[in-house]
Amino acid sequence: MTAQNASGALLTATALHKTYGATAALAGADFAIRPGEIVAVMGPSGSGKSTLLHCLAGIVTPDSGTVFYRGHELSGMSDAERSALRRGEFGFVFQFGQLVPELTCTENVALPLRLAGVERKAAEARARTWLERLEVDDVRHHRPGQVSGGQGQRVAVARALVGSPRVVFADEPTGALDSLNGERVMELLSEAARETKAAVVLVTHESRVAAYSDREVVVRDGKAQDLAGLAGAA
Amino acid sequence: MSISHALLGLLESGPSHGYDLKRAFDARFGHDRQLAYGQVYATMSRLLKNGFVEVDGIEAGEGPERKRYAITEAGVTDVAQWLGRAEKPEPYLQSTLYTKVVLALLTGRDAAALLDTQRAEHLRLMRELTRRKSGGDLADQLICDHALFHLEADLRWLEMTTARLDRLRQEVTA
Repeated sequence: MTAQNASGALLTATALHKTYGATAALAGADFAIRPGEIVAVMGPSGSGKSTLLHCLAGIVTPDSGTVFYRGHELSGMSDAERSALRRGEFGFVFQFGQLVPELTCTENVALPLRLAGVERKAAEARARTWLERLEVDDVRHHRPGQVSGGQGQRVAVARALVGSPRVVFADEPTGALDSLNGERVMELLSEAARETKAAVVLVTHESRVAAYSDREVVVRDGKAQDLAGLAGAA
Repeated sequence: MSISHALLGLLESGPSHGYDLKRAFDARFGHDRQLAYGQVYATMSRLLKNGFVEVDGIEAGEGPERKRYAITEAGVTDVAQWLGRAEKPEPYLQSTLYTKVVLALLTGRDAAALLDTQRAEHLRLMRELTRRKSGGDLADQLICDHALFHLEADLRWLEMTTARLDRLRQEVTA
């Protein structure tokens, strides 16, 4: 059995290495996620969690090692192909600063659909459905600067999910929120992901956030330890 | 938790039979473990002996006679004192986990693996509580949150200990 189809995995990384200057961010990291699964990537600050996410999403190219998404190796794709993959199949939620400040919340959520060529009215109607679902329909005409941190994060989750991605990459999605708001964002994100059967790669250092996942992978000193043994099943 | 104080507190809202007290306790506080009948009756007879409750009436039925209990003035005072008294914070200095880590280091076993196994178990329980919380009412949420915050504190300790394992090994094996 090869790594790229280990246990029916959707996205698989094997032996990833990535060095920034003298710092080894990843030093032999393995990872795999099945369709519809929520996997928490945990570990202390500077352990390589975010670099792993960036490699998995094709944002960063590893120095060595492979990332396979549905049988295709990311490093074998052109930049344009990788961009198309990120637009069409992936959704992203970051800690903050991800919404376009000049656009309204509706326009922000509709943006991935507009970039994919969906006509404005249809895109905004779908955006509206997601804003309702994330309980932020009341701020749909506001710009990001006019909403609270919790509302902004819900808008960001709506934008990540509006294009029906197969994988959502969430990097510390509640990192800038208080406990109650963070919790609600995680509830809404995990519920929506389960309903739409999207897989979620959830980078977090908080165990209460990780508790929304199906299983966890621990990154330490650039090595990912898959406690469930999925990545090692190849 | 002081079961006698909890039962006494429940009795403050009005006289009740032992059976109804048990049901009230289970509904509000018995999420993890329900009270045994024997425990309720033993507690009530002790409270009766100490003058914190009195028998308000006895119903004769087919089974054993059913006593109805009412709280006394002394009982109300006791509840008030209990509620006003801070609980002693438990510092957990004699933690089993700490003991296990030290023993693993002393005997040359893999302490990091021990900590990882524990972390996975803590997270498993946190997932279970998180699921229970999302399906529950506010009472469930508050009870689960209390447990979740404690587990989170344990996990932070596990993480810190993992990071300091080399130093601890040097100290305990010196």
